[in-house]
Amino acid sequence: MCLAVPVRIVSIDGHEAETEIAGVRRRVSIALTPEAKVGDYVLLHTGYAIGVVDEAEAEETLKLLEEIASLSEVH
Amino acid sequence: MGDTILLAHGSGGKLSHELVEKNLLPFLSNPALNKLDDSAIFEASGRLAFTTDSYVVNPIFFPGGDIGKLAVCGTVNDLAMNGAKPLYLSLSAIIEEGFLISELEQIMQSIKKAAEEAEVSIITGDTKVVNQGQADKLFITTSGVGIISPGVDISGANARAGDKVLLSGTIGDHGISIMSQREGLRFSMTLESDCAPLNKLVSQMLEVSSKIHCLRDPTRGGLATTLNEFARQSKVGIVTEEVKIPVKREVQAACELLGLDPIYVANEGKMVSIVDPGDADRILAQMKQNSYGKDAAIIGEITKEHPGKVIMKTKLGPSRIVDMLSGELLPRIC
Amino acid sequence: MKFIDEYQDSKLAKGLAYKIAKHSTKPIRLMEFCGGHTHAILRCGIRQLVPKTVELRSGPGCPVCVTATADLDKAIDLAHLPDVIITTFGDMIRVPGSYSSLQQAKAEGADVRIVYSTMDALEIAQANPEKSVIFIGIGFETTAPTIAASILTAQQEKIENFYVLSLNKLTPPVMKALLDSGEVKIDGIVCPGHVSVIIGSHPYEFIPKNYGVACVISGFEPLDILLCIDKLVEQIENGDPKVEIAYLRGVKPEGNRKARQLMENVFEVTEANWRGLGIVPQSGLKVRGKYEQFDADKAFSVSPKPPREPKGCRCGDVIRGTATPLECKLFRKVCAPESPVGPCMVSSEGACAAYYQYGAPENSQGF
Repeated sequence: MCLAVPVRIVSIDGHEAETEIAGVRRRVSIALTPEAKVGDYVLLHTGYAIGVVDEAEAEETLKLLEEIASLSEVH
Repeated sequence: MGDTILLAHGSGGKLSHELVEKNLLPFLSNPALNKLDDSAIFEASGRLAFTTDSYVVNPIFFPGGDIGKLAVCGTVNDLAMNGAKPLYLSLSAIIEEGFLISELEQIMQSIKKAAEEAEVSIITGDTKVVNQGQADKLFITTSGVGIISPGVDISGANARAGDKVLLSGTIGDHGISIMSQREGLRFSMTLESDCAPLNKLVSQMLEVSSKIHCLRDPTRGGLATTLNEFARQSKVGIVTEEVKIPVKREVQAACELLGLDPIYVANEGKMVSIVDPGDADRILAQMKQNSYGKDAAIIGEITKEHPGKVIMKTKLGPSRIVDMLSGELLPRIC
Repeated sequence: MKFIDEYQDSKLAKGLAYKIAKHSTKPIRLMEFCGGHTHAILRCGIRQLVPKTVELRSGPGCPVCVTATADLDKAIDLAHLPDVIITTFGDMIRVPGSYSSLQQAKAEGADVRIVYSTMDALEIAQANPEKSVIFIGIGFETTAPTIAASILTAQQEKIENFYVLSLNKLTPPVMKALLDSGEVKIDGIVCPGHVSVIIGSHPYEFIPKNYGVACVISGFEPLDILLCIDKLVEQIENGDPKVEIAYLRGVKPEGNRKARQLMENVFEVTEANWRGLGIVPQSGLKVRGKYEQFDADKAFSVSPKPPREPKGCRCGDVIRGTATPLECKLFRKVCAPESPVGPCMVSSEGACAAYYQYGAPENSQGF
């Protein structure tokens, strides 16, 4: 239900993709994320990519967290 | 002789003798073994250490090693963990009928190489063959004898408050490389098992310090289980920091994918040492000179607080309890 | 590891912890629905970073824990049928049924294999054409589409010896059942991040609307969880419950339409039997008629003995959030990971296993 790991798409072959995370490679199905492209990060759950990671949002979230942290340092 | 092992190879007759003389002995040759008497005779005086272990690993060939290398290193390491210099090993093999002789020879070659590196001789052995289905390809048992120098007293019960906990290198390599080969879990990586003989590393450490209190290799159950064993045996508490524990990137990634924690994954070429705080830095520097200790680090210390328990400061900051592994290490989806 | 490591930063964690403590003025109870969240919260020590005003309680989001004993007994009986290979996720193998477990069945000679993916189960089916390969389908909406995809693949590639025992369950209906029961007063819910990748945020809207309970969708790294708690505290303190996404890099409001399409194509919604909750209407998935050749329930018939629950086991209460593991008399004394009585102790996602392994949540005072 819960374990999904962000992996990077290295190559695509029809409904399947070769993905990589820190040197570990695994063939996954992109049947649920046909819009995924090479270079995208996808969330991998039990051998299937269930969603494409929104890198812009990821950046925004980190920026928000940095702001929150800097406010706490002021005190 | 054909390609595969037959029941007759284990029955003691001509084929058995042929198997030993043609396919096994050439790899292990040494004066004691070559006599092929019922027992090997040797002389040794002083405090002797004696250990035994069986090896049933599946798959029998894995990245970085095989069951043969494991069988030698595992027993050599058990002797080294009590500060003993390993001298002699016995080797028993239970082979499933139909096993390929070429694979047997490959394993014997690994055994030869490992024994040479560890500078031990295999001086006695036994071979049995069982019906197909009665053994999972090959089971090996090795027993070993070693000698402990006077003054060396290493035991899991010797840890004292204030001691430092040292780890000889990255954890999880062996377990993850084995898992990556299992049906149903296939993922590819360059990672290899860390299977290695640690006796020379231990003797180098003993050269620079006489205050090494405990040694153990974190095999099944991983680092977490070994630390808990020490905490219970010595009746002390252990405090460790997650950020200090060396883990390879690939192992981290594989653990993320499978839902595992590297501190519970098996190692076959690593060692936890508990040493006097005054000697810790010197011992660490010495370890780093050896290729099997190049990633060594101080990962924690012994305390008189919470005896029998292991506490870990997480990457995030707060601390939590680290328990022994219970049950099997299984991948999860959830 | 990208998109993982950055969300474990201790400095940023402290910043969030400070903010949460600053804004939290009254005691509140938050339920982390998902077993993965329970696990992460205890493993990372989140409880020690949040103020005492914030109580975190586990909910029924562990698919292993909520599998009804009767269903597990069925799976075990299927394992003993001749020429059957059971393929399952690792999570299920040690869970005790009424009389046995899949692991025990394996020890007794049944062919039970752990797989990481339904893709592996399909491969096993192709490699063993003379056997029937049954996949034990557990999980919520994160996993259901992957199982649906495997049935479609089996159809396309004509893998006729592949079957699914559908025990999949749905999240919003069980949240409703829990809230309707009124047994536990909850102020906010830490919503499951990966279920939400599939279903989006709209299905939770009935919760703030009808129950006044705050909902924030959370990722699984420690910073994700802390950010989620921060937003929940804010909503509750402001008296403004709504559905918010704190896991924006993974979840879109509309979710994954393609995945839902596949799910709806292959499965239909049905009632389901939840351990601890009994029958919950419209909360499970069953294989549709047009794919019935892959439905293990249609292809095989077993009659397990009547299910029995272990005496004294309070997994049901723990799952519903009406008790914590500490309140179960068996916890630690009789029930431990090496000798589990109920599924909450076996499953690595179960609240009891997490409490046992990482220390009781009150451990900020010492061990």
